[in-house]
Amino acid sequence: MSAIDELFRKLNKEQRVAFMPFVTAGDPNLEFTADLLTALDSAGCHLVELGFPYSDPIADGPVIQESYTRALKNHVRVHEILEMVQRVSPSLSLPLVAMVSYAIIFRHGIESFLDQSKASGISGLIVPDLPSDESEVLRDLCDQRDLSLVPLITPTTAPDRVAHILETARGFIYYVSIAGITGERSELPAELADNLRELRRQTETPICVGFGISHPKQAAMLTEVADGVIVGSAIVRRIGELALSHRDSAIQSVVDFSKEMLSGLKKPEA
Amino acid sequence: MTHSYLPEPNPDAKLPSPEGRFGEFGGRYVPETLIAALDQLNDAYSKACSDPAFQQELDHLLHNFVGRPSPLYYARRLTEHCGGAQIWLKREDLNHTGAHKINNTLGQALLTRRMGKTRVIAETGAGQHGVATATACAHFGIPCVVYMGEEDVRRQAPNVRAMRFMGAEICPVTSGSRTLRDAVNQAMRDWMSTVDDTHYILGSVVGPHPFPLIVRDFQAVIGRETIAQSETAIGRLPDTVVACVGGGSNAAGMFYPFVATTDVELIGIEAGGRNEQPGNHAASLSHGEPGVLHGSFSYVLQDIDGQTEDVHSASAGLDYPGVGPEHSHWKAAGRVSYDSVTDHEALAAFDVMCKTEGILPALETSHAIAATMKLAAQRNPEDVIVICLSGRGDKDAAEIQRLIDSK
Repeated sequence: MSAIDELFRKLNKEQRVAFMPFVTAGDPNLEFTADLLTALDSAGCHLVELGFPYSDPIADGPVIQESYTRALKNHVRVHEILEMVQRVSPSLSLPLVAMVSYAIIFRHGIESFLDQSKASGISGLIVPDLPSDESEVLRDLCDQRDLSLVPLITPTTAPDRVAHILETARGFIYYVSIAGITGERSELPAELADNLRELRRQTETPICVGFGISHPKQAAMLTEVADGVIVGSAIVRRIGELALSHRDSAIQSVVDFSKEMLSGLKKPEA
Repeated sequence: MTHSYLPEPNPDAKLPSPEGRFGEFGGRYVPETLIAALDQLNDAYSKACSDPAFQQELDHLLHNFVGRPSPLYYARRLTEHCGGAQIWLKREDLNHTGAHKINNTLGQALLTRRMGKTRVIAETGAGQHGVATATACAHFGIPCVVYMGEEDVRRQAPNVRAMRFMGAEICPVTSGSRTLRDAVNQAMRDWMSTVDDTHYILGSVVGPHPFPLIVRDFQAVIGRETIAQSETAIGRLPDTVVACVGGGSNAAGMFYPFVATTDVELIGIEAGGRNEQPGNHAASLSHGEPGVLHGSFSYVLQDIDGQTEDVHSASAGLDYPGVGPEHSHWKAAGRVSYDSVTDHEALAAFDVMCKTEGILPALETSHAIAATMKLAAQRNPEDVIVICLSGRGDKDAAEIQRLIDSK
């Protein structure tokens, strides 16, 4: 059982919904990311999705794209990210989930990337450009190392695919709220709650919702139908260019926002 | 019409596999959101292939709107200049819109209509695919948005104007390197949000399955015509066929019908740019390694972390860090040999072609011409080399003048 499974078991008992901020590794540099991870852990976040900067992120909107560009402009390297994680992870109580393009994993050598990720303290992987039909090999190799390969399901995923994805899901399901790219949205789709209820009917695996969520009210509305809420652009935007000139206030701003999100995330009384 | 001529059964005819694999290359490395649209496209294409009405409509358009078949022309003065093998030109430059790109965009516009989609998006680098897409969309009355790197919008002003005249909306892309690669990223992102009503007309044999298959098939008219025309004109097949390779659509279309005929030598020419150092060329097959880019597993120019490298070519159409997965398969199988030609060599070949033949070729095509000129000089006069003259060079005139002046 991976650290992610244990976490959701515990949260389920406590009737709590996980809050999972997304952070771009190396934006603007890895020292900042390490401090931010520590601050998010202290603030009570349940998991962190750690984005590995990639030159061609197709699923990402402008805010996360620009954070990747900033990190890559500073020449952040994959081995440096893993070294940073290895330094900071022993003091963190939250599990880390790596969000990483298959282009990066393949180029590094799949097994060597997984071994190094495991050794650094990463608990699971989200590979946004590896749909379930292509992921069998990677999933087997992740299983051998007790790393959770988290699959994505979207509103466009056909029912027979959903069934297959649920069978092979590890850790949690990343449910993408909308057909589109990452980024804050003022309105979530009206059918989102129904989609999540339908998915819940089919699986015991925890379901976390991401894409478009930026406001505590949106998160609170999801507590009835989801086990976790993932927020990316609303976090990354608060770091942005500020992080270099006003480092402490950038971290404080993310911590304040996370606490606000966390306060609304409790399962409604049954 | 000659383009309905079919080649001998092809051992590669079963490729790609149902999963979109050419050997180990290809596949679908895209966000889950796009899978439904790719399945829908694959399904629509399979049905279209077995529908005679679809073939008939496409044949009619290729003949009456594009002007096919394009001639296979003996380049007498170029042959004499090189002093060896006979050089013949497959004149894709004489197609409507001046390049091979229209063969694919008409086919995909027909598929758009069959799928009941009401909007088209496309990426473009030099603007040839953008113009061909805008043209097909104007012909069918489909709204069209073309993503184009901000750098390329500036460099390729005549094509930007042509696209706008035909009613297309141009979206300059300001992310990343602001060139073709980023235009593809941005078109994919648009498609993520609009899959319900929008078809993405991808312009080369790259991207996730089924694009490499569909684009190759729509371009294979080039090779099929060349086979029929060679039989008529010289009574046999050529000894060698040469085409330039960026993403590789004109080369795939030219080579595919020849692949089974192993005594025909096939040569793909990539952009050697300034030199062989990273960032100075765009020769993915010659200098790259297998990896993932834009939804497919193929040769790609990456750094050791898997980040896509910057590329350079004087020719905007070859300025791309990846290549179609079927080319990677042909390279691995040893069926096609790939080489590269520098900016300088391509410019010199452009000059010779203009002055010996009165044909102003595209800078992309000039790479294939340069390689052919070297090769022809070493071969006998009985040997026949066909160049896929993929496009005309009017779009490049200003850039070529700038390069000549800056020497």
